Amino acid sequence: MARKTDKKFRWRLKHLLGLRELDRKEIEFILDTAKAFEQVGRRPIKKTPPLRGRVVANMFFEDSTRTRNSFALAAGRLSADVIEFTKKSSSVSKGETLLDTARNLEAMGVDIVVVRHGAGGAPKFLSRNINACVVNAGDGYNEHPTQALLDVYTIRQMRGSLDGLKIGIVGDIAHSRVARSGIWAMSKLGAEVTLIGPPTLMPAQAHLLPVKISYSLDEVLEQLDVINMLRIQFERLGKNPFPSVREYSHFFGLTVERMKRAKPDIIVMHPGPINRGLELESEVADGPNSVILKQVANGLPVRMAVLFLVNQAAAAESKSK
Amino acid sequence: MVWGYGLMKVILDAKQIEAALSDLADRIARQISENVDIAVIGIRSRGEILANRLSEKLSNKLGKTVPCGTLDITLYRDDLNNPQSDTQPTVRSTVISFDINEKIIILVDDVLHTGRSTRAAMDALVDFGRPKAIRLAVLVDRGRREFPIQADYIGCKVDIGPGQTVEVNLVDTDDKDQVIIK
Repeated sequence: MARKTDKKFRWRLKHLLGLRELDRKEIEFILDTAKAFEQVGRRPIKKTPPLRGRVVANMFFEDSTRTRNSFALAAGRLSADVIEFTKKSSSVSKGETLLDTARNLEAMGVDIVVVRHGAGGAPKFLSRNINACVVNAGDGYNEHPTQALLDVYTIRQMRGSLDGLKIGIVGDIAHSRVARSGIWAMSKLGAEVTLIGPPTLMPAQAHLLPVKISYSLDEVLEQLDVINMLRIQFERLGKNPFPSVREYSHFFGLTVERMKRAKPDIIVMHPGPINRGLELESEVADGPNSVILKQVANGLPVRMAVLFLVNQAAAAESKSK
Repeated sequence: MVWGYGLMKVILDAKQIEAALSDLADRIARQISENVDIAVIGIRSRGEILANRLSEKLSNKLGKTVPCGTLDITLYRDDLNNPQSDTQPTVRSTVISFDINEKIIILVDDVLHTGRSTRAAMDALVDFGRPKAIRLAVLVDRGRREFPIQADYIGCKVDIGPGQTVEVNLVDTDDKDQVIIK
């Protein structure tokens, strides 16, 4: 049925840099828009025209399977042209700077830059220096807004709302942009977020975030409605943050044994790629509580919504000039 | 005709809307041969409600269920990248849970004006398949077309100036059934 919307509400952001600066209404507007895009994937012709004639550049300075392909497909389903750009196959390997690369892409008429970069703040830097819309696809340890949006979208799909839900984010919080964006999205939508992991993997300023902190999964597991298992990011870990992989797995891995003590309908999430047997036992990853593939599928409508909305904001802005 | 507060004129009241829809259903039923499948699809948001009512009437008249769907045309609008107003374009779900191939589709909208919505709706529809035909049914035709589009079934025709607007209120969303000119 017709959804009630505030007539005065106006989406004004031509960049999506993070979820920290978004309010609940804006996050919900993205999710509602994504919901409308869901059916596009079930139609005979899985394409709609709103970004016809627009160019989206997928600039990935770090490896990615899911996010990059998901953005490319989302842009395609909105009829945009997509330029694929990866660090290895580009002039970045010849020493071209981020800004020069982006300016050159812009000179080719790129309207939306989707950027993943190892340095936190890279998307924000770009947004201040180029005219194109900038969408953050993961920057350093800072934010990964579309991942968090698809996470909360998936939870909303399963439970209707996040209000009052107890959500645990487990693992390498310190190096996780997924956790950072997730904390903002989930807490703004009314969930109670608990960060769970060894002290060595907690961010130094964790107490400043709108979260509870626990160093023991077993202590809080039984209360959780949703558990988001983060990947141990070996490529980012410095000095040994835990004595051994086996020990980490013993204390913080989600195993079949642990699942027996969790709520029977607990939602098990993972942003991928999974280290099977480390943070997540295979039987749990593929079990009935797991929504991991649903998360991937939901990435598509969520990213369509984001690309659609930033483009709308840019169109409105150029009109008012 | 009542000129109310703020120069509002009621051109159809609840009874007249009901009669107009019955008349539309009669005409559609008469013109469609028995062995052809028909379906009704309403353009959000008022067209959706009118389509529901129309499909019910048609189902009764034809003695078979006439499926009903809802089309959101936001993504097909021709002003998306060149916004004509300051209101936020809001994408909503399109719900067509049946196959439109080889069916006669009765496309329903509340008001036919420039013809731009109809153009968008037709583009949206063909992304769902190849209907046998698309027929356009509207409650009010207010004239002043910008595109070469005409309705096949019209509930009522009014000729009003460009400064005025026709507003269709329906019980489901606006507390009462009436068509007014402002």
